[in-house]
Amino acid sequence: MRYERPQTLEDAAALLAAADAPAFVLAGGTDLLVRMQNDNFEADLIVDIKSIAGMGDIVQSDAGFVIGAAVPCAALSEDAALVAAWPGVVEAANLIGSTQIQGRCTVAGNLCNASPAADSVPALVAADARVRIAGPNGTREAAVIDIPTGPGKTSLAKGEIIEAVLLPKRAAQAGDAYLRFIPRTEMDIAVVGVSVNLTLDAGGTVTSARVALGAVGPTVMLVDAAAEAIIGTSLDDAALDALAAACSAASTPIDDKRGTVAFRTKVAGVLARRAAQTAYTRAGGK
Amino acid sequence: MSFDAAYQSKTFNSVGTRPLRPDGVDKVTGRARYGADFNMPGQLVARVLRSPHAHARIRGIDTSKAEAVKGVKAIVTAADLPDLTNGNADLFAILDNCMARDKAMYDGHAVAAVAAIDEKAAKQALKLIEVDYEVLPHVVDVDAAMQTDAPVLNETVFTTGIEPAPTSPSNVTNRAEFGHGDVDAGFAKADVIVERSYKTEQTHQGYIEPHACVANCNTDGTADLWVCTQGHFVYRQNCADLLGLEVSKLRVTSSEIGGGFGGKTHVWAEPVALALSRKAGRPVKLIMSREEVFRASGPTSATSIDVKIGARKDGRITAASATLRYSSGPYPGMWAELGAMTSFACYDLDNVQTVGFEVLVNRPKVAAYRAPSAPMAAFAVESAVDELAHTLGIDAVDLRVKNAAKEGTKSSYGPVYGPIGIGPTLQAAKSHPHMSAPLGKNQGRGMACGFWFNFGGQTCTDLNINADGTVTLAVGTVDVGGSRASLSLIAAEELGIAYDDVKAVVADTATLGYNDMTDGSRGTFSSSMATISAARNAIKVMCKRAALTWDIPLEDVYWEDGHAHAAGTKHGNRAPLSVKELAAEAGNTGGPIAGHSELVADGAGVSFATHICDIEVDPETGSSRVVRYTVIQDAGKAVHPSYVEGQYQGGAAQGIGWALNEEYVYGADGRLQNPGFLDYRIPVCSDLPMIDTQILEIPNPNHPYGVRGVGETSIVPPLAAIANAVSNAVGVRMSHIPISPPRILAALDGNG
Amino acid sequence: MASIAVSTTINDDDVEFLCQPDETLLDVLRNRLGLMGAKEGCGTGDCGACSAIMDGRVVCSCLVLGAEAQGRTIETIEGMADGGELHPLQRKFIEHAALQCGICTPGFLIAAKALLEVNPDPSETEIRFWLAGNLCRCTGYDKIVRAVQDAAREMRGETA
Repeated sequence: MRYERPQTLEDAAALLAAADAPAFVLAGGTDLLVRMQNDNFEADLIVDIKSIAGMGDIVQSDAGFVIGAAVPCAALSEDAALVAAWPGVVEAANLIGSTQIQGRCTVAGNLCNASPAADSVPALVAADARVRIAGPNGTREAAVIDIPTGPGKTSLAKGEIIEAVLLPKRAAQAGDAYLRFIPRTEMDIAVVGVSVNLTLDAGGTVTSARVALGAVGPTVMLVDAAAEAIIGTSLDDAALDALAAACSAASTPIDDKRGTVAFRTKVAGVLARRAAQTAYTRAGGK
Repeated sequence: MSFDAAYQSKTFNSVGTRPLRPDGVDKVTGRARYGADFNMPGQLVARVLRSPHAHARIRGIDTSKAEAVKGVKAIVTAADLPDLTNGNADLFAILDNCMARDKAMYDGHAVAAVAAIDEKAAKQALKLIEVDYEVLPHVVDVDAAMQTDAPVLNETVFTTGIEPAPTSPSNVTNRAEFGHGDVDAGFAKADVIVERSYKTEQTHQGYIEPHACVANCNTDGTADLWVCTQGHFVYRQNCADLLGLEVSKLRVTSSEIGGGFGGKTHVWAEPVALALSRKAGRPVKLIMSREEVFRASGPTSATSIDVKIGARKDGRITAASATLRYSSGPYPGMWAELGAMTSFACYDLDNVQTVGFEVLVNRPKVAAYRAPSAPMAAFAVESAVDELAHTLGIDAVDLRVKNAAKEGTKSSYGPVYGPIGIGPTLQAAKSHPHMSAPLGKNQGRGMACGFWFNFGGQTCTDLNINADGTVTLAVGTVDVGGSRASLSLIAAEELGIAYDDVKAVVADTATLGYNDMTDGSRGTFSSSMATISAARNAIKVMCKRAALTWDIPLEDVYWEDGHAHAAGTKHGNRAPLSVKELAAEAGNTGGPIAGHSELVADGAGVSFATHICDIEVDPETGSSRVVRYTVIQDAGKAVHPSYVEGQYQGGAAQGIGWALNEEYVYGADGRLQNPGFLDYRIPVCSDLPMIDTQILEIPNPNHPYGVRGVGETSIVPPLAAIANAVSNAVGVRMSHIPISPPRILAALDGNG
Repeated sequence: MASIAVSTTINDDDVEFLCQPDETLLDVLRNRLGLMGAKEGCGTGDCGACSAIMDGRVVCSCLVLGAEAQGRTIETIEGMADGGELHPLQRKFIEHAALQCGICTPGFLIAAKALLEVNPDPSETEIRFWLAGNLCRCTGYDKIVRAVQDAAREMRGETA
């Protein structure tokens, strides 16, 4: 096994493209090093991308925010502009693991790990975030929701590296929120995760919304029916009931060591209602 | 001066104060050495191959390819260990658990081990060991294992304790019954009867330090073992027995121990490490991974318990009975028996009967876990008592006060109680501000009582007075949570010197006589008894030296406040001689001054606790949060109150975790699904509130200072206290531990 | 596997070591540099016993490769005391009996030190959530939280 620390994306992509056995990108390492503990883990190459210029930066522009692939999640909450614009994304990213994990883990890594229970992914999907991908044939962009294709699987081609996560510019009177359920107060993997992102008109009516669910299907899902349930409403009880029902209906969870089908299905609706209310308040709704 | 252990009331100077612990600086600077923090020259790395099957016959093991890996120095399987199949059954079970011989009995059961020059070579070798398994049907659930159609784990096991003796083998190894009176007659007198079945899932002690040791066998038959253990003398005996070593030639040193809670009272990999070292001719270091710790060490029993309690309208219990089924893993234990003994120990009952069934399952061998077996029994009984209080419309504390055991009560497990603390802890609970504090929305309050026997046992201690008058106290009970501080206080108290002048150390097996494990809450109880005895022996020597110095008869010398005094005025008002003065002259008065003690510390006073807790439940998600928690427990005499409080708080926290989230989850394939701290969810810092404590001191009549064990009782009440609080918050009786959010939500939605 | 040469700073000292590409920083600290204060409780980032501070952020050293230490600044428990003088947190942990077995203590001290550097006056809730990645099985956390509160008070120059 080799450890490489390239200085440019081109070199990183070339290294990965040339590897003939399993090769991995190392950013925060909080998932990769856990996998390396397993006796059956095999790797030929690990490419540490933290020495590549820009990977550790959060940049704000007219188009929104560019979050470098190696930015630790703890740094997101230290960026006041990002917190103001996308509080739901930041709170989701900050829920990943402990203080120690926060110092290392990245949203790009959370996405590439492709766990259906990843905390930051529903928030990114609800935010309509995109990723910039560097590869052997240049750079492309893709929607976050198109990256995970199943548990542990992504649509990234060989040699491709997520370079940055792109959050759009925020409209006025918009807000997002992420809530998850875990048995303890910290340190658990989400049993259910829900993110709601919405925009209001001057009268407090929801004009657009995106609702994403985690841990209730093989990948994070965007639930159009849930968004439709609240668009055009001022988040009255009937709208919230419809939202909760839509989220529960969209859930296709499994029974496992973390929760049951019945529990996840119900709690998806409960959390959707609560997250929507928080997002609504953040958007300036009353 | 013979040693009289009886309690004598006295005013204490050192005992009851809160000095800094002697091992504190080492532990806050990272210098303290635990199991994995020791190395030897030329040391090899050991790794263990474990069964992926819950139950499988081992048809053969081919290690030839693994042996060919460069850097591999030794591989052992059961074939390299003594065959105890027809020998002592207890030793057979210990060894078979360390290394499976004919069958792998659970997912994670060791089948082979490798010693190699590094981790990489060891791992590579593990992959090349070929084990030919015949997978057998398995059973992991305690109730399922009792069914007649269940796969039988051991064809040679026939249930004992049943007349006539059964003729077919069974997974039930033993039936144990306790009680007195006539329960049928008692139930006939009852106005109200509550009856319910309960279940608890398997939990792990969850010590943060994985098992670790360094083993070294020399060609001359001598051997050394450095290991984290609760009892290095017992490990020495076990390892010597299992490997055919001479006890005197095996020296075991206990490292600092990173938590045990009962889980480090059993040998796991240590005999394997010694066998590898013997075969390789080099020292071997073996550290279990966290996954191995969960899969192959220590869990407690899973249980299934039925409780029936009858009472008159005035609250007096007329009869109580319980049937308790405890899983013990693949080898017989005495876990159900302990559960049956403890279940009604808090109460004064005319008619009581408990029956325990010990059940084999394809799970890891059950190990002691802090007051082993008592928390589950208390969960079932204290839940039923709470339900009885509701049914009768009597306050939960008042009902318990009315039925509480007291001095003179014949306990449900046999003995008659001396002075005990159950009544005082209940009275303290009743008048505690927590009990009358208002509850918020969606909150419920629960309380429960708990009992533990406490153990004494074999103990040996050396107290050496150094030339400068300071004292080295060598004890043989491993310090699991501050006992070196407590024992130094005891020595200082007895000798009449300053705490800072005493330094307690845990001696290795070559330098002190045999000591039983630090278990059963015996560490401070029994070693303090031996320390007092040793100090009194040293005082006896010092009085002799003073008599010699003064040239007066020994009977004219007495010891007081750390000095030898000449009695009366006839000796010309000689200035008393201090320990320092006597020590300085020791070379001229007869040589080194020391006190030695070896004894069986009898009379460990039983211990009781009452816990109160408030829980808030989110009715939409089933999430629960402990809002407030209070522990009230009898310590006999709190030697170092800070560490007594620590025991109370730590036991409560473990009980809270057990009650709410911790459980072994097995798949249909019999494999453990959550062998890690990610999904085996012990409480984290943000899960808990401050845990208030109240120490009561009802002296133990059998200890000179009145000390009782304090370590274990605190884990007994929490399961029931939490269950009662949640049940009171949601209005549905929670009868299955852990009371996880899915279970709470199902109960709230009527699907529980 | 070819070893990698790494130059780094540990507890203000320049340190050089060789390590395997898949070797964790925890293994390097313990097995190559003799810094055994960091403990391996799980190896998967769930217990915090191996906590170290890297470039100002507290991390699990079991989830960092030794090779990643190149050019970084690392603090471990061995560097916490100033020569013979204990850090206030170390002193308060002993005074408050905030340790029983002590295996988790180095990790708690490192994490608490990092907390007080960014937040000198944390609330009880902030302390508890910051330390949620450090497991303790002995104390129930009560005395640990109190020790951190007391040390924070002292470091702010307040009296108890």
